[in-house]
Amino acid sequence: MGPLTLITFLPALGAAAIGLLPADNHKAIRWTAAAFTLAVLLISVMLIPQFSQTHTGINDVDGFQFVEKADWIPAFNISYFVGVDGLSFPMLLLTALLCFICIFVSWGIKKGVKGYFALFLLLETGMMGAFVSLDFFLFYVFWEIMLLPMYFLIGIWGGPRRVYAAIKFFIYTLVGSVLMLLVMLAFYFNVKDPVTGANTFNMLAMMDQANHSPWLNLFNVRVLLFFGLYIGFAIKVPVFPFHTWLPDAHVEAPTAISVILAGVLLKMGTYGLLRISFPILPDATHTFAWFLALMGAVNIIYGALCAMAQKDLKKLVAYSSISHMGYVMLGMASLTAAGINGAVFQMFNHGTVTAMLFILVGVIYDRAHHREINRFGGLANIMPKYMGISAVAFFAALGLPGMSAFISEAMVFLGAFPVFQVYTIIGISGIIITAGYVLWTVQRMFFGEGLKDEKYKGMSMEQIRVHLPEINGRELFTLIPLAAIVIYLGIWPHPVLGMMNASLVHLVELVKAAPVVTAGLF
Amino acid sequence: MDLSRFNLITIATPLVLGAGVLLVMLVDLLSGRANRRPAQLAALAVVLAAAAVCLATWNTGGVSFFGQVSGDGFASFFNLIFLAVAFLVILAGPAYLERNAIHFGEYYSLVLVSVMGMAFMAAGTNLLVIFLGLETMSLALYVLAGFNPARQSSNEASLKYLLLGSFATGFLVFGIALVYGQIGSTDLARFSAYLAGAGDPFAGYMGAGVALLLIGLTFKMAVVPFHFWSPDVYDGAPTVVSAFMSAAPKAAAFAAALRIFYAPAESLGLPWERILWILAALTMTVGNLSALNQASIKRMLAYSSVAHAGYLLLGILAGNELGAAGILFYLASYVFMNVGAFTVAWMVNRRGEGRYDLGDFAQLGFRRPLLAAMMSVFMLGLIGIPPLAGFFGKLYVFTAAVQAGYVWLVVIAVLNSAVSVFYYLRVMVIMYMRENEALKDVDRIPATFAAVAACALMVILLGLIPGSVLDVARAAVASMP
Repeated sequence: MGPLTLITFLPALGAAAIGLLPADNHKAIRWTAAAFTLAVLLISVMLIPQFSQTHTGINDVDGFQFVEKADWIPAFNISYFVGVDGLSFPMLLLTALLCFICIFVSWGIKKGVKGYFALFLLLETGMMGAFVSLDFFLFYVFWEIMLLPMYFLIGIWGGPRRVYAAIKFFIYTLVGSVLMLLVMLAFYFNVKDPVTGANTFNMLAMMDQANHSPWLNLFNVRVLLFFGLYIGFAIKVPVFPFHTWLPDAHVEAPTAISVILAGVLLKMGTYGLLRISFPILPDATHTFAWFLALMGAVNIIYGALCAMAQKDLKKLVAYSSISHMGYVMLGMASLTAAGINGAVFQMFNHGTVTAMLFILVGVIYDRAHHREINRFGGLANIMPKYMGISAVAFFAALGLPGMSAFISEAMVFLGAFPVFQVYTIIGISGIIITAGYVLWTVQRMFFGEGLKDEKYKGMSMEQIRVHLPEINGRELFTLIPLAAIVIYLGIWPHPVLGMMNASLVHLVELVKAAPVVTAGLF
Repeated sequence: MDLSRFNLITIATPLVLGAGVLLVMLVDLLSGRANRRPAQLAALAVVLAAAAVCLATWNTGGVSFFGQVSGDGFASFFNLIFLAVAFLVILAGPAYLERNAIHFGEYYSLVLVSVMGMAFMAAGTNLLVIFLGLETMSLALYVLAGFNPARQSSNEASLKYLLLGSFATGFLVFGIALVYGQIGSTDLARFSAYLAGAGDPFAGYMGAGVALLLIGLTFKMAVVPFHFWSPDVYDGAPTVVSAFMSAAPKAAAFAAALRIFYAPAESLGLPWERILWILAALTMTVGNLSALNQASIKRMLAYSSVAHAGYLLLGILAGNELGAAGILFYLASYVFMNVGAFTVAWMVNRRGEGRYDLGDFAQLGFRRPLLAAMMSVFMLGLIGIPPLAGFFGKLYVFTAAVQAGYVWLVVIAVLNSAVSVFYYLRVMVIMYMRENEALKDVDRIPATFAAVAACALMVILLGLIPGSVLDVARAAVASMP
């Protein structure tokens, strides 16, 4: 058993272990969950020194690392085929880190503790499995495994409109998976394994254009499949106009689940595009790169404008996620080394930064029991430590130099500008709107006269502090590692960039080598 | 006289069942009215014995009785499915029967008689044997549907099923007669050979004959437009019987359909393709759309089983080996999901037999977490979420249809599966997310719970080893003469 299998299935084992614990022993359940996620995190971190930064991966089986392969359903050539390259490894680390942190974010869960942590660990298995799968079928199975725990975690432990939000999430995501399933079957029937000659679900075999059937070589078909996959993944990202599930899901989900949703699940969408659409259909990707860039620009502006209009702090962060995922779309559409490195680095950074933001929203919500920005004010006096760590998160979201998001956004724009001037200029103007809503929010929440809430009228500072106590040690424990990473990577981004560069440059070359088809499309 | 023509091994399983029926009746008679437990235990023992015989004679029977019965792996595979269903409903049943004061010993013997009929449907290589099997099965089911004489809806279900069922069997017999008129035989080998050799397979009486055969069988499968009986019957019949009826007879009807049409599917040509294409598309769409807005869990499951008949038809239409093997796998997983779901439905029912409201499931996730988790497994399996068994059943059948070139039909089927998510998921929403109502607690019934647990376990297990089970199904299909 290799490390990737261990990383993928340890959480599921943890879920089973929690299943055996007595339901009222909350302490044991929490610590078991913490132990298993910590084990996964430690194994992942221990892989870093072994991870070779020069291996390419993507479509080259020898470029993958920690590969494991075994037959699963031989009749259909479905195999348990896992491995990582520069694209998936940073995502794997991000997932391991956020899952560990989120156990502590969830420490205060009171309802159905056993079910909550068991489902959470199952969710981790789904996410890890999706990131390491190199067999399309296996990827699909893990993709679906992610869906269910998420649905329950929102639907049972969420806020007042949780049922509506959970069903909306489920239906949107399921429509996406159905499209993906159809495209997957279309690939399966039209890709022959070069060795055995049988149809195969092996992604690497699908990426070799020589294995495609004549039907799959028809450009119209490829465009159809490309957009089928695009919609499937765009729902997850989410790209405008498929984004409407996201604000609902985020607002209703418990804090830790919002963190996972924004930190990891959204990345599944862009990861899927890079892992599956780009290398299997490089010509369609190359032809329609402009479309991805356009949608990226739309996402940046639309998400930022929506964020600005929100009164609910959590909704604001949710819309800012839509905006930030636009940078990822723009960067990967540019098909330049700088752009695509920036895009994947932005995926990583958005994971850490948004995680901080959602945790901070949770912290204030636990105390004030509401999230309306306009009812806060002067929090800098009441909770100075909270103010300090919030400032780091908000300025990181804004892309302040010295924070990791600045590097990735700058790289995206550097890479995209030579290719798509107009879209890039539109995208860059989104930074101004972002600065606008971030600064405005910080000002309304932390500065000014004091709380604009009727409840606290006439109370002295001491009395208010009883209601709004300072951020506590457990909460700081979840935030400080993330803040440290954000600042560290803002100053010295090489550890992550170096990991992914070789693979992503290879991916860009692969896509760029494919022709742009303009004639005979319609 | 050549004794090898009467090789009893070919019909060993139904023989054991037939003897078992007599045994169960006798045990019931001797043990007196007050105590039905001996009859139940005897019935369980008979089912286990039949299963043991079935495994011991797996694919060893060969064709016998003048070519009328074949004890091949195909028959063995289906026998095992039928026996599993029988075992589960016999194990789970007494609590329900006692609750409704209808715990008669006949329940056990009727279930066994019905399974014996099914065994002949799966083993018959002659249209008349299949017909006899179908009638044996149906007669027992008519009685079982009306097993609660005190309830009007049960009587209605029984009568409706009897009247419509008799018509359908009439069509089947008429079809057999027409086929006989054309080829002078009711032997399936001759039937396939004739079709393969004929220039126009639908010339003469054959067109009408095949169409009538199809009507007779699709009625039992509850295929649109011959499905109208199924919601009423499943709803009115005692729920343990509904669990049985929605699972085993459907499997038996598909077994018979495969026996009759698997080999000739190629030679039947375009009209056949069109008819089945339309039937399949209609069945899944009508079934799913009707299920969307049902307030009663029993009616919802009834329409869902209509929809599943539509998916299964894809395997028949595909007419290839994977399609047939896919049907076998699909049914093997489907029966466990359906029996499990129906059983949970009556376990949680708190408003009496007349009302199977979905609201009964409110808060089940917190009051009986294990039961709710198993119900979720059935619902998710019926949706076809990987890695549960239901997903692989669909995958195999759909894949077979794609291989046979029915891409658009598969697209319709996949979209239909997406629609079905809504009503299956609603059960889970109610179990886990609806606020507490003051409801009676769910009884703890160990035997019934064990039956449900066995179903859930099978749904998960078949999803973990789908490859090897498919291999068994493939071998079973290949063993057909």
